[in-house]
Amino acid sequence: MNTYRADLHIHTVLSPCGDLEMSPGNIVEKAAQKGLDIIAVCDHNHTGHARLTRELGARKGIWVVYGAEINTREEVHFLTFFDTDEQLSTFQMEMERNLPKIPNNTSLFGSQLIVDEKEQILEEIDYSLYPGLKWGIEEAAAVVHGLGGLFVPAHVNRPTNGLYAQLGIFPDKLEADAVEMSRHTTRIAMLAEHPELAHFVLLHNSDAHFIEDVGRAGNTYLMKGRHFDELRMALKGEEGRKVFEL
Amino acid sequence: MTTEQIVKALELKVYTGGDMSTQEVTGGYVSDLLSDVMGHAKEGEVWITLQSHVNVVAIASLKELAAIVLVKGIKPEQAVLEKAEEEGISVLGTLEDTFTISGKLFQLLNKE
Repeated sequence: MNTYRADLHIHTVLSPCGDLEMSPGNIVEKAAQKGLDIIAVCDHNHTGHARLTRELGARKGIWVVYGAEINTREEVHFLTFFDTDEQLSTFQMEMERNLPKIPNNTSLFGSQLIVDEKEQILEEIDYSLYPGLKWGIEEAAAVVHGLGGLFVPAHVNRPTNGLYAQLGIFPDKLEADAVEMSRHTTRIAMLAEHPELAHFVLLHNSDAHFIEDVGRAGNTYLMKGRHFDELRMALKGEEGRKVFEL
Repeated sequence: MTTEQIVKALELKVYTGGDMSTQEVTGGYVSDLLSDVMGHAKEGEVWITLQSHVNVVAIASLKELAAIVLVKGIKPEQAVLEKAEEEGISVLGTLEDTFTISGKLFQLLNKE
């Protein structure tokens, strides 16, 4: 087995709150500087930068996992991860069908840009990527798992859009593959408050919206190579795969 | 005032009953953050919300609330109905929005 340093929650300029410097090119550059082996860009309810980031990452020896940070009907945020182009395209289509199309007010929320390798603007998403999708959380989990993806409640202890703030208690029937906690807490502190999370691998990620924050939090993954099935096993703590502090 | 009297006065839809004729209502609480309801709602209050996840029943049961009112015609998920039957929680509904139904409930409870 090998160890890999990973930050699986990074926003690009496609997220309304993502800084203009958060282009796939800059993010990959910063990730390389920080010595990360694996990253995932998880924009709000959109996967428009996944493929370009993967291409650019590959040139620097970084594995880029396809992902998105979705918002559910309950306004709980989840990280979703996918393996193949086909899964990614299908999931993107499903999100577009299930997101209320409310025009984005760029002066209030910021612009939602898809750029190319040279940071030229290719497209501006004109509907807001903030609202909740029409899926309830269990329904969202079923869609993601149905496609073969991974489903991780994001920053569960954060006061805004975290699972505990929105829903009070961890739902019994929620099929989560791991749980992300905010970077300000530790596994020990989390379990003291929420012992029901003991059987989950707890993740740290940067949730970076600004370039200097890429890699400010993350984990070291012990796996046999950088493949989606290995990531799945690591998140679930299976067959000797493990997740450590960075 | 009982839950049953409130249902009649505000023309609420009843998704699951519970013991509405004996349940005394002491007040109301309005919030869509379940953690906030857990922390601040008081026993016997009617909880007005747009959240329809099954956890609303668990919280209402935990806090011994009189009833849950779902606003804007939002229907409870199937799991909510099952859990509410099990816990004996009244799940009610209205087509009105939170502001309007809260105002009406406030007036009703303060008439006494």
